[in-house]
Amino acid sequence: MPEKTMVEAIRDAMFEEMKRDDRVIVMGEDVGEGGVFRATEGFVAEFGEDRCMDTPLAESCIVGAAIGASLNGIIPIAEIQFADFSHPAFDQIVSEAARLHYRSNGTWSCPIVVRTPYGSGIHGGPYHSQSIEAFYAHVPGLKVICVASPYDAKGLLKSAIRDPNPVIFLEHKKAYRAFRQDIPDEDYTIPIGQAETKREGTDISLITYGMMTHHSLKAAETVEQENGASVEVIDLRTVSPWDKERVLESVKKTGKALIVYEDNITGGFGAEVAATIAQDAFEYLDGPVTRVASPDVPISPYSGILEEYILPNPEKIAEAIRKLAAY
Amino acid sequence: MTAIKEAIKTHGLTEKQLLQMLEKMLLARALSVRQRILQRMGKGPMTFSGEGHEAAQVGSAFALRPGVDWVFPYYRDVAVAVTIGMTPVDILRGFFARRDDINSGGRNMPSHFSHLGLRIVSGSAPIATQLPHAVGAALAAKLRKLDEIAVGYSGDGSTSTGDWHESMNFAGVQRLPVIFVCEHNNYAISVPWRKQAAIENVSIRAQGYGFPGVSVDGNDVLAVYGAMSEAVKRVRAGEGPTLIEAKTYRLMPHSSDDDDRRYRTREEVEAWSAKDSVAAFPHQLKELGVLDDNAEKEINDRVNHEVDAATDQVEQEPQPEAPTALRHVFVEEERS
Ligand SMILES: Cc1ncc(C[n+]2csc(CCOP(=O)(O)OP(=O)(O)O)c2C)c(N)n1
Ligand SMILES: [Mg+2]
Repeated sequence: MPEKTMVEAIRDAMFEEMKRDDRVIVMGEDVGEGGVFRATEGFVAEFGEDRCMDTPLAESCIVGAAIGASLNGIIPIAEIQFADFSHPAFDQIVSEAARLHYRSNGTWSCPIVVRTPYGSGIHGGPYHSQSIEAFYAHVPGLKVICVASPYDAKGLLKSAIRDPNPVIFLEHKKAYRAFRQDIPDEDYTIPIGQAETKREGTDISLITYGMMTHHSLKAAETVEQENGASVEVIDLRTVSPWDKERVLESVKKTGKALIVYEDNITGGFGAEVAATIAQDAFEYLDGPVTRVASPDVPISPYSGILEEYILPNPEKIAEAIRKLAAY
Repeated sequence: MTAIKEAIKTHGLTEKQLLQMLEKMLLARALSVRQRILQRMGKGPMTFSGEGHEAAQVGSAFALRPGVDWVFPYYRDVAVAVTIGMTPVDILRGFFARRDDINSGGRNMPSHFSHLGLRIVSGSAPIATQLPHAVGAALAAKLRKLDEIAVGYSGDGSTSTGDWHESMNFAGVQRLPVIFVCEHNNYAISVPWRKQAAIENVSIRAQGYGFPGVSVDGNDVLAVYGAMSEAVKRVRAGEGPTLIEAKTYRLMPHSSDDDDRRYRTREEVEAWSAKDSVAAFPHQLKELGVLDDNAEKEINDRVNHEVDAATDQVEQEPQPEAPTALRHVFVEEERS
C-alpha cells in the first residue's frame, strides 16, 4: 500500500471518480493549473479543460453553475479556493443547494460537492483560517464533512461524489501535507455520517473532528502516561449528519464528555454535541460536559504568537482532560 | 400593420400559432386575475400578478421547445409557465398549496413555478439566484453536446445583483447556450429604474460580457418573439448568449401585500394600461384578418371555463398531510 499525504489522497479520489464516471467534473479557480494546493495536478492533461474547468473569480456563480449543471446530468465538484471565500456563495449553498429538493417536494435534486480547504494553524491570518462547518451544519439539506487525514479524506470524498445530495467537503489545510498514511490500492468508501473511534478509553469520551483529532490524540497519550486516565477519542468525520449513537454509547460507558473543536466556542458545532449529550446521556454523566474551543475572536490572527494563543493545542486539551478526570 | 405582416413573415408564424400565442396570453391574464380575487376572498395568503408582462413572457417562451429547453423563471412568469405547458390546475394548486401541487406540494410560495417534465426549474425567493443555475444547465448542455438551450428570466431590479453579473460574465466566457430575458417594468417593488442603474437600457451591459444585448418593446409579443428567435438562432449556431431586455410594465402592485399608490401615479398606470398587450394583440390580429369577434369570444370562453373548472376542482382537493413536512430534506434513494 502506497503512503500518501491527504492532498494526494484527495487528488486520487477525484481522479478515480472522474475515470469511473464521465459525468464528474471539477470547476473552480486555478484548478486548470493544478490548484493552489495541487489537488487537481495533471487533471487537464488527463481529462481536458472541459472537465477540469477554470472559472471566473466568482464564488456564487461557481456554486450556482454547479447546481444548474447538476440538474442536467453533470456531477460537479466545485472547488472554492479557501473556505473563507465561500461566503459569497452562502446564498447559493443555503437558499439553493440545500433547499431545492425540499422546496420542490422531492422533484429536483442537486448532487454537487463543494470542496474547500479550511482551518487555521498555518499563519493564514483572519481570511485563510476560518472554520465554516457550523454555518452549514445548521442548514438542513446539506451534508457536511470535515477531514484531516489521508485515509478518511479519500474514502469520504468518494462517498460525497457518489451521494445524490449536496455535500460540503471541508479539508483541513494544515493536514494536507502534515502526515502520510497507507492508502489501499483498491477502491473504498467511508459512509457519510459515521464517526470513528481513533483511540479506545474508559474514563473520558473526547469528541472531536478535523485537525483537533490529532491534537486530542496527543493530549490523550500525555495524560495517560502521567496519571493513567484513559481517554476515548472519537473523530466525528462528518458533522452533518453526525454519529449521535456512537457518541452517546461512548459517553454512557465513560460518564464524562470533553468536546474539542477549533472554531469559536459560541455556537460552534461542539455546542450541538454538548447539548445532545446533556439531554440524552444526563443520567450517565459524572462530570460537567466540557468544551475546549477557540475564544470568540476572529480566527485567526496572523502572528504565530497570537495564533497559538487562540487555538486549542495538545497542552490546552491535556489540561482540560486532567480537570475533567478529577471529578 | 405592414410591420406586423413583415414580422409574421420573417418569423414564419402560422395563423394557428398566432392564435395560440393569444390564448396563452389570455390564459395567463385570467390566472393572474383569478388569483388576485381568490386572495382578496381570503382563500390564500399571498399572490403575485403577471398582468402587463404577458407579451414579454409569451413572446419569449413561445420560441422555446417545451421539455427540451431549460426554463428558469421568476415569480412574475405565469405566462411563461403556461406557454411552456403548465395548466391552470398546476398553477392554482400552487396558489391553494394543495397536496398534489406539482410546483412544490405547498412548500414554496405561489408563482414559484416548477415542472420536472417541462424542465421548468424550481426557484427560490432571493432575486437572481436562478441565473447561475441557467448558466450551469447551459454549461452541462455544452459539455454533453446536447442541443438544449437554457433561459434565465428576471426583472430589472435583478440586474443590480452579483448573481446577475456573475452569470452574464460566466456565460460570455464559456459562450454558453443561454439566453437572459430581463422583464424591465421600471420598478423593483417601489424603487424606480433611475435609482437602480445610471443607464437607460440595461441591454448595453451585454457588450461588457462579450455578447449582444437587445432592447425590445415588451408589450409587443411579436417583437419579443422576433428578438427571442434571433437569440435562439445564435445559440444554435454556437454563437453563445444573448441578453434580451423587454420593456414593459406591471399593471398591478408588486404583490398582494403591496400598495403601489404610494409610489406610482394613477396617470402613469393608466398610460401603460392603454398599451396593454392583452388588449392590443387581439386588435392587431383582427386587423390582420386572423381573428374575428366570434373566434375571440370562443377563445375567451374557453379560457374562462378552464380557469373556472380548475378553481372549482383544486379548491376541493386535499391539503398536504402535516407530517409530510418532514420529508424530502434529503434525496431518499440512492443515485443511479
Ligand atoms: C435578494 C433579495 N432582496 C430583496 C428581495 C425582496 N424583493 C422581492 S421582489 C423585489 C423586487 C424585484 O424587482 P424586479 O427584479 O424588477 O422584478 P419585478 O418584481 O419588478 O418583476 C424585491 C426587492 C428578494 N426577494 N431578494
Ligand atoms: Mg421590475
